Amino acid sequence: MIPISWYLLLSAFLFACGVTGFLTKRNIITLFMSIELMLNGVNLSFVAFATRMGSLDGHVFVFFVMVVAAAEAAVGLAIIISVYRTRETLNVDRVNLLKL
Amino acid sequence: MHLFLFLLFAMFCVAGAVNLLIQPKTINSALSLIVVMGSLALIYLLLGAEFVAVIQVIVYAGAIMVLFIFVIMLLNAGAEEQSKGSLAAKVLGIPGLLAGCAIALGVFLKHRPQEELIPIGALYGPADKVGMLIFTKYLLAFEVTSVLVLIAIMGAVVLARRSDS
Repeated sequence: MIPISWYLLLSAFLFACGVTGFLTKRNIITLFMSIELMLNGVNLSFVAFATRMGSLDGHVFVFFVMVVAAAEAAVGLAIIISVYRTRETLNVDRVNLLKL
Repeated sequence: MHLFLFLLFAMFCVAGAVNLLIQPKTINSALSLIVVMGSLALIYLLLGAEFVAVIQVIVYAGAIMVLFIFVIMLLNAGAEEQSKGSLAAKVLGIPGLLAGCAIALGVFLKHRPQEELIPIGALYGPADKVGMLIFTKYLLAFEVTSVLVLIAIMGAVVLARRSDS
């Protein structure tokens, strides 16, 4: 028997860790992983609220979030490879021009 | 027992998330993210979300993280270059962070919600029930999702292809 607020606190903590990583890290791949961490935190609160409401709709939404995350990871990593090919760096501070 | 399992996996989650932040090497961050995702899958199981737990392991910990690790190894990403933190971040950021945490904690403790206890497996979400919902109520969204995935595949191929050939 767990209070629902504990699940939500864990979810908020994961989201906050994701935001912190996104704002403080310099490596573009780590930034991407921080986004995945934020999505995971949101998924946990979806599942916790689904249990609270007694309805399975939350699980379906987690499924859709995962599909979007997979699509985002595929496109984002392709962009990262393309950026690395032209800039030879993964540091976001050095990727500050849209043109070459 | 339920409480013990929840606290154990929540601890793994928190440790993995903090480790992701403090590791300088990208590959170590990726591995700790896998720890977070695996323990989240077990927490989903504690909530009775069977289908979600399984696709969490297959899609997130399996597919997405394998893709990440492939890219990390392909690009040979080592330790990240540390930049000097700006002065404003030190002067304003740390007190701001502490104030934010204090406000959040104060609100949480003051408006303490009625503790609604969730017993283990209060809502059982096996694949057939979730599948029924996906293919009836959310059929349109599911079909749009398939188009999204198709576009993502084409986009990834176009972006990762060498432009000179």
